[in-house]
Amino acid sequence: MSYLEKGYAELNELPPFPSEERMKKKSVAYIECPQPIPCSPCYESCPVDAIKMDNINDPPVVDYEKCTGCMNCIRVCPGLAIFMLRLREDGKGEVTLQYEFLPWLKKGDKVELLNRKGEVVGIGVVNWVLPAERNDQTSLVRVEMDAKLIYEVRAVRKVRE
Amino acid sequence: MPFGISMVEVKDGRLVEHPILKFNRGREVTIYFNGKPIKAYEGETVASALYAAGIRVFSRSFRWHRPRGFFCAIGKCSACMMEVDGVPNVRTCKVYVRDGMQIKTQTGFPNAERDFFAISDKVIDRIFPHGSQYTKFNNKLIRNFVLSQLRKMTGFGNAPKKEFQGNASYEEVRCDILVIGGGPAGMSAAINAGKYGAKVLLIDENPFLGGQLVKQTHRFFGSAKHRAGTRGIRIAKILEEELRKIPSVDIRLETKAFGVYGREVGAVEKEKLLRIIPKKIVVATGAYERTLIFENNDLPGVYGAGGVQTLMNVYGIKPGNRGLIVGSGNVGLILSYQLLQAGVDVSAIVEAMPRIGGYFVHAAKVRRLGVPIYVRHTILRALGKDRVEGAIIAQLDEKWKPIPGTEKKLDCDFICVAVGLSPTHELLYQAGCRMKFVPELGGLVPLRSKYNETSVEGVYVAGDVAGVEEATAAIMNGRIAAIHAVVKLGLGGEEAKKELEEALKDLEEFRAGPFGERIVCGIEKCILASEVEL
Repeated sequence: MSYLEKGYAELNELPPFPSEERMKKKSVAYIECPQPIPCSPCYESCPVDAIKMDNINDPPVVDYEKCTGCMNCIRVCPGLAIFMLRLREDGKGEVTLQYEFLPWLKKGDKVELLNRKGEVVGIGVVNWVLPAERNDQTSLVRVEMDAKLIYEVRAVRKVRE
Repeated sequence: MPFGISMVEVKDGRLVEHPILKFNRGREVTIYFNGKPIKAYEGETVASALYAAGIRVFSRSFRWHRPRGFFCAIGKCSACMMEVDGVPNVRTCKVYVRDGMQIKTQTGFPNAERDFFAISDKVIDRIFPHGSQYTKFNNKLIRNFVLSQLRKMTGFGNAPKKEFQGNASYEEVRCDILVIGGGPAGMSAAINAGKYGAKVLLIDENPFLGGQLVKQTHRFFGSAKHRAGTRGIRIAKILEEELRKIPSVDIRLETKAFGVYGREVGAVEKEKLLRIIPKKIVVATGAYERTLIFENNDLPGVYGAGGVQTLMNVYGIKPGNRGLIVGSGNVGLILSYQLLQAGVDVSAIVEAMPRIGGYFVHAAKVRRLGVPIYVRHTILRALGKDRVEGAIIAQLDEKWKPIPGTEKKLDCDFICVAVGLSPTHELLYQAGCRMKFVPELGGLVPLRSKYNETSVEGVYVAGDVAGVEEATAAIMNGRIAAIHAVVKLGLGGEEAKKELEEALKDLEEFRAGPFGERIVCGIEKCILASEVEL
């Protein structure tokens, strides 16, 4: 299991991505949680049963067709392992992720885009925020970026002037 | 600089803001450290206030007079022992500041910070090889004189000359169930015993309930039924609220159990001696941090990971600028993330095993912020004279030996040792419980039935003291122990019996994954043959 040697997963260790068509319709939950651990809040929070988990130790499997993009799961995931992915009409992509650092990000903030290894792969712009105080101090931020980057950007850092 | 993800305002060594926590500091007071005035806030421990003021040397080792600093922050080690208001050997991490408090280091001359005897670290082996004080002097008078002087130099403090002026009193308490420890296991035990009408006494040495939950800022794993997705700090509050609603539970804080004598327990509540006569005892004393052998591992700046969490998340004090984490279990991984949240850089996470020990998701969330994780690596030594100024790590071969030429110097000003915990088992030994060394459970643990009753009838265990696991399992185990005790006392009726079986099933399911395997394997080794069925 190489993800446990490196601390990040390669694409072949992760679930398949939702189809481009699906991501163009609306945002969809993508869960990077390959290891069996006793954890199930995403499964329990899903109102449409889009997350499959037979046993609390099973890794979650998302049915991308059922997922409505409601974001209940990303609000509670203790592993910060859920990302909402979307491809927009205008050719841009969006990733929504959990954010727990100061200063809190605001709409319009420019951010460095980091991949799973912490390498900067581009610059993006925050275009929507769920404020931390409305989600027990875990803010959700949606970041606009190049469409091809949504498959690898998993963290952001505020660009400081 | 690769990180600097969080920018947190710091004033006087203290965090002014934090993404998750709010620090409510009390009134400003002045304490005196070796005569020097130091600013502190009510609610802070002496050790944390000294740390915030930049003081790193808390004591000296007794033979070589090497500097020793802060380590565990929860009263389990003795690195922070000082003389406080004339009382020697006080663990300053457990004493809260009061205006005008006089604190003196008791090891070293003239004090621990600038110790004249520190020279002995360099010369003592040449002049007095270990044990030579007993053989070097043929004349008994001279030998005894030298021995007595050497003992004085060790600095175990001087007995106070003043007579005790406080109000000592004594109380006898009878209860159905005594719960020792107010962490997740203990609170859960008290709640589950109390709800069936048992008269419960819950004691904890701290002035607050919650045990180590009070520093767990992350959201918990598990199922929603077990409050997964809720932060540890909130779980502590939820349990406390539930507990305080039960009228038959008596909670005594700042109360230390010091011994089990047959069926009775001795404890000290502030300045009052308690003789507790319970029908059943649930021991939920938790665990303490282990350390690791490497060169200079006693240097101030080498801390227990939990100690750093306490300093940072309970007292809001910035532990340093750049930390190195040794150990990639969940504690090490979570601490790395918490450091980043508090605006502290993490230089690396070092793990001797060929793979990360904790949950992958915890590793992924620091790795994607650029924190390097070195598996199959170990720390060789800490660098620095009076405090940590860096560390040397190296790669390990298949036989766990460092590979020459792979040494790497890492820049850091503190090192967090996150290599696991050992159960706080002393009271169980004294109670006469049969104990066994089980590596999977973290060390010496009591034999127990599946209902967590030890070999001494009526003495139960729950939480980390029964085997180092985590808080959700501790809560489940507290429930099992308490309900079994309740049923044995003839309370609760059929409902309690039914809940007991449910609680067992919940726990079994929780441990069904690969992370539970190790625990289940450990527990099989210490399960009592004589199963007490109801």
